[in-house]
Amino acid sequence: MDDRTFAELERAIDQIWAIAQRLGLDPFPVHFEVVPAEVMYEIGAYGLPGRFSHWTHGRAYHHQKTLYDYGLTKIYELVINSNPAYAFLLDSNSLLQNKLVVAHVLAHVDFFKHNAYFEHTNRQMIDTVAVNAERIRRYEFQHGRLEVERFLDAVLSIQEHVDPHVRFRRQPTPPPKPRSAPPAPYDDLLSLTDPPATSEPGPTKFPPEPEKDLLLFIAEHARHLADWQRDVILIVRQEMLYFIPQLQTKILNEGWASYWHARILRELPLSDDEAVEFARMHAAILAPTKHHLNPYYVGLKILEDIERRWDHPSEEERLVLGRQPGQGRAKLFEVRTLENDVSLIRNYLTRDLVEEMGLYIYKVEGDQLKVVETDWEKVRDLIVRSMTNFGNPYIVVEDGDYRRNGELYLKHIYEGQELDIAYAERTLQYVYQLWGRPVHLETVLNEKPVLLSYDGEKNTRKNL
Amino acid sequence: MRAPVTLERHDWSLHRKGAIDQARHAEKIKEAIRENLPQIVSEEAIITSDGQRIVKVPIRSLELPRFRYDFGRNRHVGQGEGETQPGDTVGQGSPAGPGPGKQAGDQPGIDYYEAEITIDELANLLFEDLQLPNLQQKVTENLETETLKLKELARKGAFSNLDKRRTVLENIKRNALKHKRPVYGGISDEDLRFKIWVPETRRESNAVVIAMRDVSGSMGEFEKYISRTFYFWMVRFLRTKYTNVQIVFITHHTEAKEVDEETFFKLGESGGTKVSSAYQLALEIIQRRYDPNAWNIYPFHFSDGDNWGDADNRRCVELVQRLLEVSNVFGYGEIREGPARSTSTLMSAFQQIKDPRFITVVINDKRDVLPALKAFFSPRVPEASGAA
Repeated sequence: MDDRTFAELERAIDQIWAIAQRLGLDPFPVHFEVVPAEVMYEIGAYGLPGRFSHWTHGRAYHHQKTLYDYGLTKIYELVINSNPAYAFLLDSNSLLQNKLVVAHVLAHVDFFKHNAYFEHTNRQMIDTVAVNAERIRRYEFQHGRLEVERFLDAVLSIQEHVDPHVRFRRQPTPPPKPRSAPPAPYDDLLSLTDPPATSEPGPTKFPPEPEKDLLLFIAEHARHLADWQRDVILIVRQEMLYFIPQLQTKILNEGWASYWHARILRELPLSDDEAVEFARMHAAILAPTKHHLNPYYVGLKILEDIERRWDHPSEEERLVLGRQPGQGRAKLFEVRTLENDVSLIRNYLTRDLVEEMGLYIYKVEGDQLKVVETDWEKVRDLIVRSMTNFGNPYIVVEDGDYRRNGELYLKHIYEGQELDIAYAERTLQYVYQLWGRPVHLETVLNEKPVLLSYDGEKNTRKNL
Repeated sequence: MRAPVTLERHDWSLHRKGAIDQARHAEKIKEAIRENLPQIVSEEAIITSDGQRIVKVPIRSLELPRFRYDFGRNRHVGQGEGETQPGDTVGQGSPAGPGPGKQAGDQPGIDYYEAEITIDELANLLFEDLQLPNLQQKVTENLETETLKLKELARKGAFSNLDKRRTVLENIKRNALKHKRPVYGGISDEDLRFKIWVPETRRESNAVVIAMRDVSGSMGEFEKYISRTFYFWMVRFLRTKYTNVQIVFITHHTEAKEVDEETFFKLGESGGTKVSSAYQLALEIIQRRYDPNAWNIYPFHFSDGDNWGDADNRRCVELVQRLLEVSNVFGYGEIREGPARSTSTLMSAFQQIKDPRFITVVINDKRDVLPALKAFFSPRVPEASGAA
């Protein structure tokens, strides 16, 4: 990017900020940084700049770089939820492309600031991950790079299994009470005088309620872990908790940003060429995808539909729901503040929208993908289900002292979607590495409950 | 008021974090390839390649497993152009499912990573610890090996190769000429002397490998495939490490004949088996062309061991002993598919040969090819005969 373009971009950013303010957006202050492509996909691969080193990050980086090198995809924008927010602009983008990205970014930052699910996120996360990375680097010095890597492999294999609602939880899980020792041979003689207590207070469950936060539970209760290992688990958990609101609001957040970049760019004085370039880029971002949902497209469609229905309510909506016309914008800001993807889809994906966007349900049949359903309610419910727990199976700790032997009993809360058993068995090996005792996972296979176990030597599978 | 927005750019050219972690990932791929070498060695794609190409080798265990849904058994939502009806086909196979935030090669249903590697890189990994066993100094030296040595001096070069001693000497010499005093000081560009890498060819002893292969009717597809695989790597290995190894190719059924390399590798003929014919021919060739005083001689033979009869087995033992007198090592590989089969009568007959330079291996499975290579081409003579 030459100096003239840089200066122009600087002016454009001020302009875009003013327009965004006028339209009602209220973002954190934003720091934009112009970077070369390698840095862009590096940050994309790590999620945040300065995160700890791990080969999976290296693989993601390599993947991004390959896609870019072959001209397949390009990351246009990257924005970090912090205060002030950080956003990265690609130095090889044209001026117009960067203008669009800036508008898009300001809407994202407004979203970070106001959406309820982001309320408790750490706004100094860049500093936090740098400190975390430093600690992990120190552990590498102390305990060896391979040792730390091996441990991180295990932790990262279950990194999605945290509980984002943990702050609303009661008390931390108490550790199990030491159980009374098994009867010794002469106990009966010693207790001849006073009658033995007939019943021990019934076996207390541990944890008392099923525990969704596997990482926290293991960090707190695994017996053999060293302090540095517990710390690594908590670092991974902390970083995961930071990312979860973003995973929960992908559609809404991208829809919100797409809605605003279009409206802001319309207010900018664009040349004819720029107008065409903008239209082309906007269309590319919103292109529907055959095998999954394009969050930009679905999000924007739903938001525009909401705006229309609240600006021009139908007769029924007016009379039955008492909806006043002209409330569109205000309603959008309310949705931006209160919803996440699951509630957005459940509350606002209408029959008309499903039909207009041509959504369908497909399934692998032989070596082909076949459409099996287009009914709008089924489509809606499947989307909601696939986004529950941000797309991951819901797994809880059922018993942390299974068979009174310190074994870990996990349970997959089955809601109609079966697990990839080969992967689950290999993941159990990693859980064993963390827990240090045999581990079990109850799930459903072919509609029958099964128990997968790993005892440190072999995986077993039995029907329940 | 100015907007609370800032725009900056910095020099990122020294930024390397992603590249470093990527290097670690590449290292892990290499480790995985090394671990899977026994399977990879007998990949069909490699043996049938022209030897130049990049081959793709499947590596398991490089994907970090996690609890995830089974893509193939569940339903998914997609977007069409409208008008999509149940029963329409929207794609082939299993597409990449949406991963949680990270898109790195998340292909559900496929739990291996396809690494790309050139045959040469693979060969380097394979041949790291292999060499011709018992190589001896012979009268005429004809075998060339090449090494790089740091020597010779140049006035230009990389500073890491600066020869400090010579540079100081040059400086003192120049001062002596200029100021009539041999002192050290004021180093200038003309004083600098660098070491440079010079390839150095060492001549080693002559070596000839006599590759014998059973092409009789009893050799099934598996047997043929294994012997081909073994010789494919053997020939590559010899050509990579030694520029001047001669290879004699002999095929046999009831009669043996010397063939060229191409014919040798073409899949075989049919008929009965008389192993002794091959050994006889090997001996004749040695007598005619390769004087044991001048040559290191390595006969190798692959067969399924279904020989024509006890009489011929006895004759084979006799011939092997005669061959051992003139050879450095004799290798016999018996290929018998499946774990349950007992060894052949020929193998039993060979048991009486106690010479440690006589090496036998049994190959039951594709994975045994690499151990066989290692048994035959380990740097020193194995203590006892037989690997596998």
